[in-house]
Amino acid sequence: MQLLNKRPESLTEQTMHYCPGCGHGIIHRVTAEVMDELGIRSRCIGVAPVGCAVFADTYFNCDMIQGPHGRGPAEATGIKRCRPDAIVFSYQGDGDLASIGMAEIVHAAIRSENITVIFVNNAIYGMTGGQMAPTTLIGQKATTCVGGRAAEQAGYPIRMSELLATIDGASYLERTSVHTAPGVLKTKAAIKKAFQCQIDRKGFSMVEILSMCPTNWGTRLDNPSEATKFINDDMMKVFPLGVYKDALKQEQR
Amino acid sequence: MAEKILMKGNEALAEGAIRAGCRFFAGYPITPQNEVPEYMSWRMGQAGGAFVQAESEVSAINMIYGAAATGKRCMTSSSSPGISLKQEGLSYCAGADLPLLIANVMRGGPGLGNIAGAQGDYWQSTRGGGHGDYRTFVMAPNCVSEMANFPHKCFEVASKYRVPAMILADGIIGQMMEPVQFTAPEVDPSKLPEPSWALGIGEGRTKRIVKSYDLREGYLEKMVMERVARYRELEKNEVLYEEKMLADAEIAIVAYGTSARVSLAAIKLAREKGLKVGLFRPITLWPFPKLRLAELSGRIKKFLVVEMSLGQMVEDVQLSIGGRAEVNLHAKPGAAVITAEEVYDTLERIVKKGAKEYAVAQ
Repeated sequence: MQLLNKRPESLTEQTMHYCPGCGHGIIHRVTAEVMDELGIRSRCIGVAPVGCAVFADTYFNCDMIQGPHGRGPAEATGIKRCRPDAIVFSYQGDGDLASIGMAEIVHAAIRSENITVIFVNNAIYGMTGGQMAPTTLIGQKATTCVGGRAAEQAGYPIRMSELLATIDGASYLERTSVHTAPGVLKTKAAIKKAFQCQIDRKGFSMVEILSMCPTNWGTRLDNPSEATKFINDDMMKVFPLGVYKDALKQEQR
Repeated sequence: MAEKILMKGNEALAEGAIRAGCRFFAGYPITPQNEVPEYMSWRMGQAGGAFVQAESEVSAINMIYGAAATGKRCMTSSSSPGISLKQEGLSYCAGADLPLLIANVMRGGPGLGNIAGAQGDYWQSTRGGGHGDYRTFVMAPNCVSEMANFPHKCFEVASKYRVPAMILADGIIGQMMEPVQFTAPEVDPSKLPEPSWALGIGEGRTKRIVKSYDLREGYLEKMVMERVARYRELEKNEVLYEEKMLADAEIAIVAYGTSARVSLAAIKLAREKGLKVGLFRPITLWPFPKLRLAELSGRIKKFLVVEMSLGQMVEDVQLSIGGRAEVNLHAKPGAAVITAEEVYDTLERIVKKGAKEYAVAQ
């Protein structure tokens, strides 16, 4: 008998509470695999958000802190400045990062704070029950825009990777998706690059990950392909995948 | 004997914090506390610590939340409107049992108010200020030397009981210059023991979590009650106050910070005219020296509370005295400075005509 795969050491044995078809579990898993592969688990300090991933503090097997909605990059800043030897990451959703925490994420990038941000974009508020997010698409239904988001009333979805790419201090920015197996692998590779950026003291890194929320999108829970189809057909048109900033590459040019 | 230096209150506060072992500061510009971040911006680097000018007060307190979670001594400062912005973060810090120092150099309010010294944030400071059940250890300096030396006491108490500590000063104490002596012991932060809960390098130990929440039924109550037990100990051990000329006093003025300085001048005027008046100055506003005040009210039958606010501390004085003596109020809101003469006039009125409770000085 040969062991082919196992739980990453960087994940605890705690059973996750996420809904069927949700992307958080996959993203936790690949993040933990990266922590294992880079051998940084015992040096990692993670910041759990407010929202569906609030219990991330119990899932990641490293020191964790949970704090106020949107303030993850500020907490990560305080931690990193006091423990420069630690690898500090903030795990945030779209309401957390792109709405209430817009100032904190932008200024962490401006300071080129040497932290890594895992940004899960599922275009909706999950834990509170499906309200419109800053990333909700035009026409997408939510409990606070039941007829679909209308630009004249609620404006337009925000593209965070593109926004942060305009900031000199942002060193590594990539948008990926976990709606397909290759996408999961690319997400893992992006997270690895982002952590490596921090290990090499190159400054602020963020991976924006398009992720499924079948429960609040109202797609069928017994047919996950409905949710992955939404990412493929709708989200990726507004949020194109790719590397938006790679300071390391630019240096080499 | 420590040497005497001429210093501004805000700078003494910053230097005092560094000497007390503070090695991380985050803040945002707001008058009248700007000298604190300005001083920290160059001094912190010298001391081997880190300084961040945050994008907002909200961010600054959350940087402190993260920094405190690593077990390092850290501080933020602001003035009234900025302190309001920090309340969410302060509530999280209290809920996560983190020791840290927050300084409020109070100005006139509510709203934008003005930038002169005031005492309108007494309730906010002593009642928690943010959401949920919690307390903050609050010290009120009345001179530049106390600005310099209180950070040490604040960090000691904060660390011992795992609570946020606050220095509640005002724009006058923050802006004025006085000879100052740094008498509090100097702390080398590298010699402080690493707290058992501090986030850091987790090699060879189980993971640690700093958090303020527990969604399981009954667990949050347990978490809060464990904290309350520490509050009870703190209340027993850490009350500080100062008494002047109370031995033969027939009237006691109760005042803190700048109001206490003015009151002392008024007491000297009164003594010259033969009025037996003394001063009771609470140094810790929470825990409030209620037992001592209760004791004094057995002998002294007239109290006068003097504050640069509409009358906030007066409620704590009344609660302490519980109807055993007469409580008068000389209150001045809107960042207007009280003069010794007007306090003296109030004293005269109290002696001649008896008390007029809750008379707000015009």
